[in-house]
Amino acid sequence: MSETMTIIFAISVMLAAVGGAAVLTWFERRLLGIWQDRYGPNRLGPGGILQVVADMLKLLTKHDWVPPFADRWVFIFAPTAIVVAMLLGFAVVPFGPGLHIIDVNIGLLFFIGMTSLAVYSVLLGGLASNNKYALLGGLRSAAQMVSYEVFMGLSLMGVVMLSGSFSMQDIVESQRDGWYCVSQSLGLFVFTIAAIAESHRLPFDLPEAEHELTAGFHTEYSGMKFAMFMLGEYLGLILISCMITTLFFGGWLAPFGATWLPPIVWFSLKTFIIICFFVLLRAAIPRPRYDQLMSLGWKVMLPLTLVNLVVTGAVALWMQGA
Amino acid sequence: MELVLFYISSAVALFATIFALTRTNAAHALIYLIVSLLAVAVIFFLLGAPFAAALEIVIYAGAIMVLFVFVIMMLNLGEEGEERERQRMHPAVWIGPSLLSAILLIEMILMLSQLDDRHTGALITAKQVGLTLFGPYVLAVEIASMLLLAGLVGAYHVGRRFRLSEPDNSSPSSTEGDS
Repeated sequence: MSETMTIIFAISVMLAAVGGAAVLTWFERRLLGIWQDRYGPNRLGPGGILQVVADMLKLLTKHDWVPPFADRWVFIFAPTAIVVAMLLGFAVVPFGPGLHIIDVNIGLLFFIGMTSLAVYSVLLGGLASNNKYALLGGLRSAAQMVSYEVFMGLSLMGVVMLSGSFSMQDIVESQRDGWYCVSQSLGLFVFTIAAIAESHRLPFDLPEAEHELTAGFHTEYSGMKFAMFMLGEYLGLILISCMITTLFFGGWLAPFGATWLPPIVWFSLKTFIIICFFVLLRAAIPRPRYDQLMSLGWKVMLPLTLVNLVVTGAVALWMQGA
Repeated sequence: MELVLFYISSAVALFATIFALTRTNAAHALIYLIVSLLAVAVIFFLLGAPFAAALEIVIYAGAIMVLFVFVIMMLNLGEEGEERERQRMHPAVWIGPSLLSAILLIEMILMLSQLDDRHTGALITAKQVGLTLFGPYVLAVEIASMLLLAGLVGAYHVGRRFRLSEPDNSSPSSTEGDS
Protein backbone atom coordinates (compact mmCIF):
# COMPACT_ATOMS: atom_id res chain seq x y z
CA MET A 1 0.00 0.00 0.00
CA SER A 2 1.16 3.52 -0.73
CA GLU A 3 1.60 6.05 2.05
CA THR A 4 -1.65 7.91 1.45
CA MET A 5 -3.54 4.60 1.20
CA THR A 6 -2.09 3.56 4.54
CA ILE A 7 -3.17 6.81 6.16
CA ILE A 8 -6.70 6.48 4.73
CA PHE A 9 -6.82 2.87 5.89
CA ALA A 10 -5.59 3.82 9.37
CA ILE A 11 -8.27 6.48 9.71
CA SER A 12 -10.98 4.08 8.53
CA VAL A 13 -9.78 1.42 10.99
CA MET A 14 -9.94 3.99 13.80
CA LEU A 15 -13.45 5.07 12.80
CA ALA A 16 -14.57 1.47 12.46
CA ALA A 17 -13.15 0.61 15.88
CA VAL A 18 -14.80 3.57 17.60
CA GLY A 19 -18.09 2.97 15.77
CA GLY A 20 -17.90 -0.72 16.58
CA ALA A 21 -17.33 0.08 20.24
CA ALA A 22 -20.38 2.36 20.24
CA VAL A 23 -22.63 -0.26 18.64
CA LEU A 24 -21.18 -2.86 20.99
CA THR A 25 -22.58 -1.02 24.02
CA TRP A 26 -26.10 -1.66 22.67
CA PHE A 27 -25.35 -5.10 21.22
CA GLU A 28 -23.89 -6.34 24.50
CA ARG A 29 -26.97 -5.25 26.45
CA ARG A 30 -29.30 -6.91 23.97
CA LEU A 31 -27.30 -10.13 23.99
CA LEU A 32 -27.09 -10.12 27.79
CA GLY A 33 -30.84 -9.61 27.84
CA ILE A 34 -31.45 -12.64 25.63
CA TRP A 35 -29.21 -14.82 27.78
CA GLN A 36 -30.82 -13.59 30.96
CA ASP A 37 -34.43 -14.04 29.74
CA ARG A 38 -35.30 -10.38 29.29
CA TYR A 39 -35.41 -7.91 26.40
CA GLY A 40 -32.71 -5.37 27.01
CA PRO A 41 -32.96 -1.92 25.32
CA ASN A 42 -35.48 -2.51 22.48
CA ARG A 43 -37.52 0.70 22.33
CA LEU A 44 -35.61 3.11 20.12
CA GLY A 45 -35.39 2.34 16.41
CA PRO A 46 -35.26 -1.12 14.86
CA GLY A 47 -34.35 -3.57 17.61
CA GLY A 48 -33.39 -0.65 19.82
CA ILE A 49 -30.19 0.25 17.92
CA LEU A 50 -30.85 3.99 18.22
CA GLN A 51 -30.23 3.54 21.95
CA VAL A 52 -26.58 4.17 21.04
CA VAL A 53 -27.47 7.64 19.74
CA ALA A 54 -29.59 8.38 22.78
CA ASP A 55 -26.78 7.36 25.13
CA MET A 56 -24.32 9.49 23.21
CA LEU A 57 -26.60 12.53 23.32
CA LYS A 58 -27.06 12.09 27.03
CA LEU A 59 -23.32 11.81 27.69
CA LEU A 60 -22.49 14.75 25.42
CA THR A 61 -25.00 17.09 27.01
CA LYS A 62 -23.97 16.29 30.57
CA HIS A 63 -21.96 18.85 32.50
CA ASP A 64 -18.28 18.11 31.91
CA TRP A 65 -17.25 18.49 35.51
CA VAL A 66 -13.89 18.24 37.24
CA PRO A 67 -14.18 17.93 41.03
CA PRO A 68 -12.41 20.80 42.81
CA PHE A 69 -10.43 18.43 45.02
CA ALA A 70 -9.10 16.42 42.05
CA ASP A 71 -5.70 16.74 40.44
CA ARG A 72 -7.08 18.60 37.43
CA TRP A 73 -4.68 17.79 34.57
CA VAL A 74 -4.08 14.18 35.52
CA PHE A 75 -7.83 13.79 35.97
CA ILE A 76 -8.41 14.95 32.39
CA PHE A 77 -5.46 13.04 30.96
CA ALA A 78 -6.36 9.65 32.48
CA PRO A 79 -9.40 8.71 30.33
CA THR A 80 -7.65 9.69 27.10
CA ALA A 81 -4.69 7.41 27.81
CA ILE A 82 -6.70 4.19 27.55
CA VAL A 83 -8.42 5.24 24.30
CA VAL A 84 -5.13 6.26 22.68
CA ALA A 85 -3.33 3.10 23.79
CA MET A 86 -6.12 0.82 22.60
CA LEU A 87 -6.46 2.59 19.24
CA LEU A 88 -2.69 2.32 18.74
CA GLY A 89 -2.99 -1.41 19.40
CA PHE A 90 -5.12 -1.76 16.27
CA ALA A 91 -2.12 -0.69 14.17
CA VAL A 92 -0.63 -4.18 14.14
CA VAL A 93 -3.84 -6.16 13.55
CA PRO A 94 -3.78 -7.90 10.14
CA PHE A 95 -7.28 -7.62 8.64
CA GLY A 96 -6.43 -9.48 5.44
CA PRO A 97 -3.49 -10.45 3.23
CA GLY A 98 -1.47 -7.24 2.96
CA LEU A 99 -4.31 -5.38 4.67
CA HIS A 100 -2.68 -3.90 7.75
CA ILE A 101 -1.51 -0.50 8.95
CA ILE A 102 1.99 -1.61 9.89
CA ASP A 103 3.61 -5.01 9.84
CA VAL A 104 6.63 -4.61 12.08
CA ASN A 105 8.72 -7.55 13.23
CA ILE A 106 7.74 -6.75 16.83
CA GLY A 107 3.99 -6.61 16.18
CA LEU A 108 3.01 -8.86 19.04
CA LEU A 109 5.28 -7.05 21.50
CA PHE A 110 3.78 -3.76 20.37
CA PHE A 111 0.32 -5.08 21.25
CA ILE A 112 1.52 -6.22 24.69
CA GLY A 113 3.16 -2.84 25.23
CA MET A 114 -0.01 -0.94 24.36
CA THR A 115 -2.19 -3.03 26.68
CA SER A 116 0.32 -2.51 29.48
CA LEU A 117 0.22 1.26 28.91
CA ALA A 118 -3.57 1.19 29.16
CA VAL A 119 -3.15 0.34 32.87
CA TYR A 120 -2.12 3.94 33.55
CA SER A 121 -5.53 5.19 32.62
CA VAL A 122 -7.17 3.33 35.48
CA LEU A 123 -4.30 4.00 37.87
CA LEU A 124 -4.05 7.72 37.24
CA GLY A 125 -7.82 8.08 37.17
CA GLY A 126 -7.97 6.53 40.62
CA LEU A 127 -5.06 8.58 41.90
CA ALA A 128 -6.20 11.93 40.51
CA SER A 129 -9.79 11.58 41.78
CA ASN A 130 -8.59 12.02 45.35
CA ASN A 131 -11.37 9.75 46.55
CA LYS A 132 -11.02 6.65 48.72
CA TYR A 133 -13.15 4.40 46.52
CA ALA A 134 -11.30 5.54 43.43
CA LEU A 135 -7.96 5.02 45.12
CA LEU A 136 -8.86 1.49 46.19
CA GLY A 137 -10.12 0.72 42.68
CA GLY A 138 -6.88 2.03 41.23
CA LEU A 139 -4.78 0.01 43.65
CA ARG A 140 -6.68 -3.16 42.84
CA SER A 141 -6.37 -2.62 39.14
CA ALA A 142 -2.63 -2.02 39.43
CA ALA A 143 -2.10 -5.31 41.26
CA GLN A 144 -4.53 -7.21 39.04
CA MET A 145 -3.20 -5.94 35.75
CA VAL A 146 0.47 -6.23 36.57
CA SER A 147 -0.06 -9.83 37.72
CA TYR A 148 -2.15 -10.90 34.75
CA GLU A 149 0.10 -9.08 32.30
CA VAL A 150 2.94 -11.41 33.24
CA PHE A 151 1.33 -14.53 31.92
CA MET A 152 -0.67 -12.80 29.23
CA GLY A 153 2.68 -12.16 27.58
CA LEU A 154 4.06 -15.59 28.47
CA SER A 155 0.99 -17.43 27.16
CA LEU A 156 1.62 -15.94 23.72
CA MET A 157 5.21 -17.11 23.59
CA GLY A 158 4.07 -20.61 22.59
CA VAL A 159 2.54 -19.11 19.44
CA VAL A 160 5.73 -17.16 18.81
CA MET A 161 7.82 -20.35 19.21
CA LEU A 162 5.69 -22.30 16.73
CA SER A 163 5.51 -19.53 14.15
CA GLY A 164 9.05 -18.29 14.70
CA SER A 165 8.11 -14.63 14.45
CA PHE A 166 6.64 -11.68 16.34
CA SER A 167 5.11 -10.31 13.13
CA MET A 168 1.33 -10.70 13.05
CA GLN A 169 1.18 -11.45 9.31
CA ASP A 170 3.81 -14.19 9.66
CA ILE A 171 1.84 -15.69 12.55
CA VAL A 172 -1.29 -15.82 10.39
CA GLU A 173 0.62 -17.29 7.44
CA SER A 174 2.15 -20.00 9.62
CA GLN A 175 -1.34 -21.22 10.58
CA ARG A 176 -2.11 -22.42 7.05
CA ASP A 177 -1.62 -26.05 8.05
CA GLY A 178 -3.50 -25.84 11.36
CA TRP A 179 -4.77 -23.15 13.66
CA TYR A 180 -2.98 -22.66 16.96
CA CYS A 181 -6.21 -23.08 18.93
CA VAL A 182 -5.49 -26.83 18.74
CA SER A 183 -1.76 -27.03 19.42
CA GLN A 184 -1.80 -24.05 21.81
CA SER A 185 -5.13 -24.72 23.51
CA LEU A 186 -3.56 -24.14 26.93
CA GLY A 187 -2.12 -20.86 25.71
CA LEU A 188 -5.54 -19.87 24.36
CA PHE A 189 -7.19 -20.69 27.69
CA VAL A 190 -4.70 -18.66 29.72
CA PHE A 191 -4.69 -15.78 27.26
CA THR A 192 -8.47 -15.52 27.26
CA ILE A 193 -8.64 -15.30 31.05
CA ALA A 194 -5.70 -12.92 31.26
CA ALA A 195 -7.23 -10.76 28.54
CA ILE A 196 -10.49 -10.39 30.47
CA ALA A 197 -8.56 -9.44 33.59
CA GLU A 198 -6.43 -7.04 31.59
CA SER A 199 -9.43 -5.26 30.12
CA HIS A 200 -11.08 -5.38 33.58
CA ARG A 201 -14.41 -6.58 32.27
CA LEU A 202 -16.89 -8.68 34.17
CA PRO A 203 -16.31 -11.18 35.79
CA PHE A 204 -12.92 -9.61 36.59
CA ASP A 205 -14.08 -6.01 36.99
CA LEU A 206 -12.83 -5.75 40.56
CA PRO A 207 -11.33 -2.28 40.02
CA GLU A 208 -14.90 -0.98 39.62
CA ALA A 209 -16.86 -3.56 41.62
CA GLU A 210 -20.01 -1.59 42.32
CA HIS A 211 -21.22 -3.50 45.35
CA GLU A 212 -18.13 -2.63 47.36
CA LEU A 213 -16.42 0.32 45.65
CA THR A 214 -19.36 2.39 44.28
CA ALA A 215 -17.77 2.58 40.83
CA GLY A 216 -14.10 2.11 41.65
CA PHE A 217 -11.63 4.23 39.74
CA HIS A 218 -14.29 6.18 37.81
CA THR A 219 -16.46 7.14 40.79
CA GLU A 220 -15.73 10.84 40.22
CA TYR A 221 -16.04 10.72 36.45
CA SER A 222 -19.11 11.82 34.52
CA GLY A 223 -20.14 12.97 31.07
CA MET A 224 -17.65 12.64 28.24
CA LYS A 225 -14.74 11.64 30.44
CA PHE A 226 -16.73 8.69 31.75
CA ALA A 227 -17.66 7.88 28.15
CA MET A 228 -13.97 7.81 27.27
CA PHE A 229 -13.34 5.16 29.93
CA MET A 230 -16.22 3.11 28.55
CA LEU A 231 -14.99 3.62 24.99
CA GLY A 232 -11.55 2.42 26.03
CA GLU A 233 -13.01 -0.66 27.66
CA TYR A 234 -15.04 -1.62 24.60
CA LEU A 235 -12.12 -0.85 22.28
CA GLY A 236 -10.06 -3.16 24.46
CA LEU A 237 -12.66 -5.89 24.09
CA ILE A 238 -12.63 -5.57 20.30
CA LEU A 239 -8.83 -5.42 20.17
CA ILE A 240 -8.46 -8.52 22.30
CA SER A 241 -11.01 -10.40 20.19
CA CYS A 242 -9.04 -9.39 17.08
CA MET A 243 -5.87 -10.65 18.73
CA ILE A 244 -7.39 -14.00 19.70
CA THR A 245 -8.64 -14.40 16.13
CA THR A 246 -5.23 -13.59 14.72
CA LEU A 247 -3.13 -15.60 17.10
CA PHE A 248 -5.24 -18.70 17.69
CA PHE A 249 -7.97 -18.90 15.03
CA GLY A 250 -6.04 -18.32 11.84
CA GLY A 251 -6.74 -14.60 11.43
CA TRP A 252 -8.07 -13.92 7.94
CA LEU A 253 -7.48 -17.49 6.74
CA ALA A 254 -10.66 -19.19 5.58
CA PRO A 255 -11.64 -22.34 7.46
CA PHE A 256 -12.00 -25.65 5.53
CA GLY A 257 -10.70 -23.99 2.35
CA ALA A 258 -13.90 -21.96 2.06
CA THR A 259 -12.34 -19.09 0.13
CA TRP A 260 -15.59 -17.90 -1.47
CA LEU A 261 -15.79 -15.21 1.20
CA PRO A 262 -13.10 -12.49 1.18
CA PRO A 263 -10.49 -12.77 3.98
CA ILE A 264 -11.63 -9.62 5.77
CA VAL A 265 -15.14 -11.06 6.08
CA TRP A 266 -13.76 -14.22 7.65
CA PHE A 267 -11.69 -12.11 10.01
CA SER A 268 -14.72 -10.05 11.04
CA LEU A 269 -16.90 -13.13 11.49
CA LYS A 270 -14.39 -14.86 13.74
CA THR A 271 -13.87 -11.68 15.77
CA PHE A 272 -17.63 -11.27 16.11
CA ILE A 273 -18.05 -14.81 17.45
CA ILE A 274 -15.30 -14.23 20.02
CA ILE A 275 -16.91 -10.96 21.13
CA CYS A 276 -20.18 -12.87 21.65
CA PHE A 277 -18.25 -15.42 23.70
CA PHE A 278 -16.91 -12.66 25.94
CA VAL A 279 -20.43 -11.34 26.45
CA LEU A 280 -21.57 -14.86 27.32
CA LEU A 281 -18.78 -15.09 29.93
CA ARG A 282 -20.04 -11.84 31.42
CA ALA A 283 -23.58 -13.20 31.59
CA ALA A 284 -22.62 -16.57 33.01
CA ILE A 285 -19.81 -16.18 35.54
CA PRO A 286 -20.07 -14.35 38.88
CA ARG A 287 -17.36 -12.01 40.06
CA PRO A 288 -14.69 -13.71 42.21
CA ARG A 289 -13.39 -12.23 45.44
CA TYR A 290 -10.24 -10.16 45.12
CA ASP A 291 -7.94 -12.64 46.87
CA GLN A 292 -9.44 -15.47 44.81
CA LEU A 293 -8.57 -13.56 41.67
CA MET A 294 -4.98 -13.03 42.73
CA SER A 295 -4.40 -16.59 43.91
CA LEU A 296 -5.97 -17.95 40.71
CA GLY A 297 -3.50 -15.83 38.78
CA TRP A 298 -0.33 -16.74 40.58
CA LYS A 299 -1.09 -20.29 41.73
CA VAL A 300 -2.95 -21.71 38.72
CA MET A 301 -2.41 -19.54 35.66
CA LEU A 302 1.31 -18.89 36.00
CA PRO A 303 2.29 -22.59 36.49
CA LEU A 304 -0.02 -23.58 33.61
CA THR A 305 1.67 -21.03 31.36
CA LEU A 306 5.13 -22.20 32.31
CA VAL A 307 4.18 -25.84 31.64
CA ASN A 308 2.79 -24.81 28.26
CA LEU A 309 6.00 -22.94 27.51
CA VAL A 310 8.27 -25.87 28.42
CA VAL A 311 6.20 -28.47 26.54
CA THR A 312 5.89 -26.27 23.45
CA GLY A 313 9.62 -25.62 23.49
CA ALA A 314 10.41 -29.33 23.81
CA VAL A 315 8.01 -30.27 21.01
CA ALA A 316 9.35 -27.53 18.76
CA LEU A 317 12.92 -28.77 19.33
CA TRP A 318 11.88 -32.38 18.74
CA MET A 319 10.09 -31.47 15.51
CA GLN A 320 13.19 -29.65 14.35
CA GLY A 321 15.38 -32.68 15.04
CA ALA A 322 13.02 -35.16 13.39
CA MET B 1 12.88 12.58 8.23
CA GLU B 2 14.39 10.09 10.65
CA LEU B 3 16.87 12.69 11.84
CA VAL B 4 14.05 15.13 12.60
CA LEU B 5 12.14 12.44 14.48
CA PHE B 6 15.30 11.57 16.39
CA TYR B 7 15.87 15.15 17.51
CA ILE B 8 12.22 15.60 18.47
CA SER B 9 12.13 12.48 20.60
CA SER B 10 15.50 13.34 22.15
CA ALA B 11 14.21 16.76 23.10
CA VAL B 12 11.06 15.21 24.56
CA ALA B 13 13.17 12.73 26.54
CA LEU B 14 15.43 15.51 27.87
CA PHE B 15 12.66 17.87 28.92
CA ALA B 16 10.55 15.08 30.38
CA THR B 17 13.50 13.94 32.47
CA ILE B 18 14.20 17.48 33.69
CA PHE B 19 10.55 17.87 34.67
CA ALA B 20 10.60 14.46 36.33
CA LEU B 21 13.44 15.70 38.53
CA THR B 22 12.01 19.08 39.41
CA ARG B 23 8.30 18.40 40.02
CA THR B 24 7.32 18.48 43.66
CA ASN B 25 4.19 16.38 43.11
CA ALA B 26 5.35 12.76 43.01
CA ALA B 27 2.56 11.63 40.67
CA HIS B 28 3.38 14.35 38.13
CA ALA B 29 7.08 13.52 38.31
CA LEU B 30 6.27 9.87 37.58
CA ILE B 31 4.15 10.77 34.56
CA TYR B 32 7.06 12.77 33.17
CA LEU B 33 9.38 9.84 33.82
CA ILE B 34 7.02 7.55 31.87
CA VAL B 35 6.99 10.02 28.98
CA SER B 36 10.78 10.09 29.07
CA LEU B 37 10.93 6.28 28.90
CA LEU B 38 8.53 6.26 25.95
CA ALA B 39 10.67 8.84 24.16
CA VAL B 40 13.74 6.66 24.73
CA ALA B 41 11.81 3.74 23.23
CA VAL B 42 11.15 5.82 20.11
CA ILE B 43 14.87 6.62 19.90
CA PHE B 44 15.71 2.91 20.13
CA PHE B 45 13.25 2.20 17.35
CA LEU B 46 14.75 4.90 15.13
CA LEU B 47 18.26 3.57 15.72
CA GLY B 48 17.21 0.17 14.36
CA ALA B 49 16.61 -1.73 17.60
CA PRO B 50 12.85 -2.40 17.59
CA PHE B 51 13.15 -5.26 20.08
CA ALA B 52 14.86 -3.04 22.64
CA ALA B 53 12.19 -0.41 22.01
CA ALA B 54 9.38 -2.90 22.63
CA LEU B 55 11.01 -4.15 25.83
CA GLU B 56 11.50 -0.57 27.01
CA ILE B 57 7.74 -0.04 26.70
CA VAL B 58 6.61 -3.41 28.05
CA ILE B 59 9.01 -3.67 30.98
CA TYR B 60 10.01 -0.14 32.01
CA ALA B 61 7.00 1.95 31.06
CA GLY B 62 4.42 -0.81 31.37
CA ALA B 63 5.46 -2.76 34.43
CA ILE B 64 8.12 -1.13 36.61
CA MET B 65 6.62 2.34 36.52
CA VAL B 66 3.18 0.90 37.32
CA LEU B 67 4.66 -0.40 40.57
CA PHE B 68 6.10 3.06 41.28
CA VAL B 69 2.67 4.61 40.80
CA PHE B 70 1.29 1.85 43.04
CA VAL B 71 3.66 2.85 45.83
CA ILE B 72 2.79 6.53 45.39
CA MET B 73 -0.89 5.65 45.72
CA MET B 74 -0.26 3.62 48.86
CA LEU B 75 1.67 6.47 50.49
CA ASN B 76 -0.96 9.06 49.54
CA LEU B 77 1.35 11.96 50.35
CA GLY B 78 -0.87 14.89 49.40
CA GLU B 79 -0.10 18.49 50.28
CA GLU B 80 2.39 17.98 53.09
CA GLY B 81 4.43 15.66 50.89
CA GLU B 82 4.66 18.38 48.29
CA GLU B 83 5.68 20.89 50.95
CA ARG B 84 8.45 18.60 52.19
CA GLU B 85 9.61 18.02 48.64
CA ARG B 86 9.72 21.78 48.02
CA GLN B 87 12.02 22.21 51.01
CA ARG B 88 14.29 19.49 49.70
CA MET B 89 14.54 21.24 46.32
CA HIS B 90 16.86 23.84 47.86
CA PRO B 91 19.32 25.16 45.23
CA ALA B 92 22.33 24.03 47.26
CA VAL B 93 21.23 20.42 46.87
CA TRP B 94 21.79 20.59 43.11
CA ILE B 95 25.50 21.58 43.26
CA GLY B 96 26.97 18.13 43.93
CA PRO B 97 24.95 16.17 41.37
CA SER B 98 25.40 18.88 38.74
CA LEU B 99 29.18 18.85 39.16
CA LEU B 100 29.36 15.08 38.92
CA SER B 101 27.12 14.91 35.86
CA ALA B 102 29.11 17.73 34.24
CA ILE B 103 32.23 15.58 34.59
CA LEU B 104 30.37 12.69 32.97
CA LEU B 105 29.17 14.98 30.18
CA ILE B 106 32.72 16.15 29.39
CA GLU B 107 33.87 12.53 29.37
CA MET B 108 31.08 11.54 27.01
CA ILE B 109 31.77 14.41 24.61
CA LEU B 110 35.46 13.45 24.52
CA MET B 111 34.55 9.84 23.80
CA LEU B 112 32.05 10.77 21.11
CA SER B 113 34.56 13.01 19.36
CA GLN B 114 37.02 10.12 19.11
CA LEU B 115 34.37 7.75 17.77
CA ASP B 116 34.11 7.60 14.01
CA ASP B 117 30.69 8.32 12.61
CA ARG B 118 29.36 4.81 12.34
CA HIS B 119 25.65 4.63 12.59
CA THR B 120 25.21 1.41 10.67
CA GLY B 121 21.43 1.64 10.60
CA ALA B 122 21.29 -2.14 10.51
CA LEU B 123 18.11 -3.60 11.92
CA ILE B 124 18.68 -5.73 15.01
CA THR B 125 15.91 -8.30 15.15
CA ALA B 126 14.56 -10.18 18.13
CA LYS B 127 16.29 -13.33 16.85
CA GLN B 128 19.69 -11.65 16.88
CA VAL B 129 19.15 -10.37 20.40
CA GLY B 130 18.19 -13.88 21.53
CA LEU B 131 21.19 -15.49 19.88
CA THR B 132 23.58 -13.01 21.49
CA LEU B 133 21.96 -13.31 24.91
CA PHE B 134 22.14 -17.10 24.97
CA GLY B 135 25.45 -17.27 23.07
CA PRO B 136 28.33 -15.08 24.25
CA TYR B 137 26.40 -13.48 27.13
CA VAL B 138 24.84 -16.59 28.63
CA LEU B 139 26.80 -16.10 31.87
CA ALA B 140 25.32 -12.64 32.37
CA VAL B 141 21.83 -14.05 31.79
CA GLU B 142 22.44 -16.75 34.39
CA ILE B 143 23.75 -14.24 36.92
CA ALA B 144 20.75 -11.99 36.30
CA SER B 145 18.42 -14.96 36.86
CA MET B 146 20.16 -15.70 40.17
CA LEU B 147 19.74 -12.08 41.22
CA LEU B 148 16.03 -12.29 40.40
CA LEU B 149 15.74 -15.52 42.38
CA ALA B 150 17.34 -13.82 45.37
CA GLY B 151 14.84 -10.99 45.05
CA LEU B 152 12.01 -13.50 44.86
CA VAL B 153 13.13 -15.33 47.98
CA GLY B 154 13.54 -12.03 49.79
CA ALA B 155 10.04 -10.94 48.81
CA TYR B 156 8.67 -14.27 49.98
CA HIS B 157 10.36 -13.88 53.33
CA VAL B 158 9.04 -10.36 53.83
CA GLY B 159 5.51 -11.24 52.77
CA ARG B 160 5.32 -14.59 54.59
CA ARG B 161 2.71 -15.09 57.30
CA PHE B 162 4.28 -16.04 60.58
CA ARG B 163 3.02 -16.43 64.10
CA LEU B 164 4.73 -14.65 66.94
CA SER B 165 3.32 -16.99 69.55
CA GLU B 166 1.09 -20.05 69.96
CA PRO B 167 -2.66 -19.32 69.65
CA ASP B 168 -3.50 -20.67 73.16
CA ASN B 169 -1.34 -18.17 75.08
CA SER B 170 -1.66 -15.28 72.68
CA SER B 171 -1.76 -11.85 74.21
CA PRO B 172 -3.55 -8.93 72.51
CA SER B 173 -0.24 -7.40 71.48
CA SER B 174 0.83 -10.47 69.49
CA THR B 175 -2.28 -10.69 67.32
CA GLU B 176 -0.80 -8.30 64.80
CA GLY B 177 1.53 -11.01 63.54
CA ASP B 178 -1.04 -13.65 62.62
CA SER B 179 -3.23 -12.12 60.02
